[in-house]
Amino acid sequence: MASPIQCADLRKTYDGKVEAVRGISLQIEAGQCFGLLGPNGAGKTTTIEILEGLLAPTSGEVRIFGHAWNDNPRQLREWIGISLQETRLSEKLNVRETIELFASFYCEPRAADDILEELQLSEKSDAWVGKLSGGQKQRLAVATALVGNPRILFLDEPTTGLDPQSRRQLWDIIRVFQKKGGTVLLTTHYMDEAERLCDRLAIVDHGVIIAEGTPSDLIDRLGGHHVVEFQVNNNGDNSANLDRWRSLPSVESVRREDSTLCLSVREPHLTIPALLEAVTRDGHQLEHLSTRQASLEDVFVQLTGRHLRED
Amino acid sequence: MATETNTPTLNHDEKNQPLPAPGARANALRNGRWSGYRHLLWARILELWREPEVVFWVFVFPLLLAAGLGIAFRNKPADVTSVVVIDGAGAQKTLAMLQGSVDKNPSDKSSGNARSAIQATVLDREAALKGFHFGKYDLAIEPNPDGSYTYYYDPARPESVLSRAEIDARLQSAAGRKDAVATSSQSSSEPGSRYIDFLIPGLLGMNLMNSGMWGVGFALVEMRQRKLLKRFVATPMRRSDFLLALTSSRLVLMVIEVGLLLGFGVLVFHMRVLGSIVSVFLLGSLGAVAFGGVGLLTACRAQKIETVSGLINLVMMPMWIFSGVFFSYQRFPAVTHPFIKALPLTALNDALRSTILEGASLASQSGRLLVLAVWGGVSFVLALRWFRWT
Repeated sequence: MASPIQCADLRKTYDGKVEAVRGISLQIEAGQCFGLLGPNGAGKTTTIEILEGLLAPTSGEVRIFGHAWNDNPRQLREWIGISLQETRLSEKLNVRETIELFASFYCEPRAADDILEELQLSEKSDAWVGKLSGGQKQRLAVATALVGNPRILFLDEPTTGLDPQSRRQLWDIIRVFQKKGGTVLLTTHYMDEAERLCDRLAIVDHGVIIAEGTPSDLIDRLGGHHVVEFQVNNNGDNSANLDRWRSLPSVESVRREDSTLCLSVREPHLTIPALLEAVTRDGHQLEHLSTRQASLEDVFVQLTGRHLRED
Repeated sequence: MATETNTPTLNHDEKNQPLPAPGARANALRNGRWSGYRHLLWARILELWREPEVVFWVFVFPLLLAAGLGIAFRNKPADVTSVVVIDGAGAQKTLAMLQGSVDKNPSDKSSGNARSAIQATVLDREAALKGFHFGKYDLAIEPNPDGSYTYYYDPARPESVLSRAEIDARLQSAAGRKDAVATSSQSSSEPGSRYIDFLIPGLLGMNLMNSGMWGVGFALVEMRQRKLLKRFVATPMRRSDFLLALTSSRLVLMVIEVGLLLGFGVLVFHMRVLGSIVSVFLLGSLGAVAFGGVGLLTACRAQKIETVSGLINLVMMPMWIFSGVFFSYQRFPAVTHPFIKALPLTALNDALRSTILEGASLASQSGRLLVLAVWGGVSFVLALRWFRWT
């Protein structure tokens, strides 16, 4: 059985100069929710649009259920539903008319009422698209993707700019689709979204995948599941200090962000007493100390030395 | 990649597809071949109808323009000539001669010898000349003590020149001059030869051009800018259905546009349509589709509304001026006429005028129809070749 989405060594060069995608290979299994996580400009949108058949790759190949895009694009389009990063649907059509318009393009669409109910848009069915809130507009965009009864759902930054409640509503919608056996590929630059929603993730940076796995796999690779962050006054010589903190019990790695030191730690209850003792022994004062669960953000920072949402 | 999945029978490749939800399958609808086209066309018409600006510019504005120009250039009864007689000896006698001449030759429309009415006033010299200079009077008449007259007139004002001739003729005949030759005139302000009759077909043509260019060109670029075109081609929608729906929405609007403007001309200005109404609508369709094609070409690559607005105006500008909307292109030097006649709006306007005003058949205007068809056809083909969906 062919995977819903498969691609090998995708490359995309714009105008012969800008290399947006530099060799991405993916295999996404049926029923999976797969996330492409990365900062803005990492090549996520280019990648997803190549997979959607909207953009031709400079080289590399794409298979949707085993078929190439130029085999029979109309049939492939029947199997997939797409929400682009930014689509402004016609403002003077109402919600139901918009859904029915998109339904009319598919051989066997779902009933508009079904979709309205599933996406909690029934009450708004007669409202003009121009009058909807951001969250409602985004749900409508996903509704136009779901109305064709697709097997694969492509979502490019589905929750960017939405309030927390709207984001959770969309997550629920995606989970329902997945429960029915659908496959999802989404891009995001929100770590929490990727962690909660995705079964597997690829972290993309500068057009290449720098890490791939389940969210917990990726966090495991940090070595420690916890992060201890602290500041001391008169930090003194930095490079010497970093090694010194690395040698504390249970510490896997150390990095410095401005004046804060971040330790990746397996067992904080072993590290913290030793840390306090070391600070006191040096005659320094602890100005700040916190511990938290390690996140994908830490994975990204570890891999690239940058934060996901830095510009 | 497994070879068995590359079977050409895509439609029955169920083993490669995750099973959809049982409920969804039971409720599944089946769409026919033209369902996408019908929905696109209906959506387009709904959008236009819900856009107040479109309703105004496409339907109301041409009517206002026709009404305004029709009234401004209506064929009025001969203007009232307003003259002033400078007070002094002989002023009352002059007034009597002017009014007497009106009494002796009352306006008689049936004879076709209508003379314009004269309104004469007597004022002192200063007030009379001031009134004349400010254009209140077309002519100032000063009776001289020796019985002769001096006229004050402005050669730059046609009505002043006219009224000098008119007043002179009246005073001379009141003083006893006999006409050497008997003359009669036939007036010609029948429907069919008035300015409004010339204007309405021109407005029809211009309106078809405007709404074709904006309705197709502008709408397309707006959808491209909104990424709506990209969203559409991400579905199984047939691209030809989309372009067909956009063009045929123009035909639906055309019927309303042409019907309204022509009906307005007939009802308000008693215009006569000599040709067959079917021919008029066939011409309207050809014009709407041709300008739809030109609009499509103008918009085939533009990414921004600002760009396409400029392009549309650039394309339409020469036709506004040269194609005989408000005045005949015969006013341009004859050497330019072949170029002017090659413009699609000229062909459409000429064909509409011949059909509406002269009752010419479509068969007799194959050249004009060909010009329209070539513009539309070539534009459409080029537009499809260069079209950018994303």
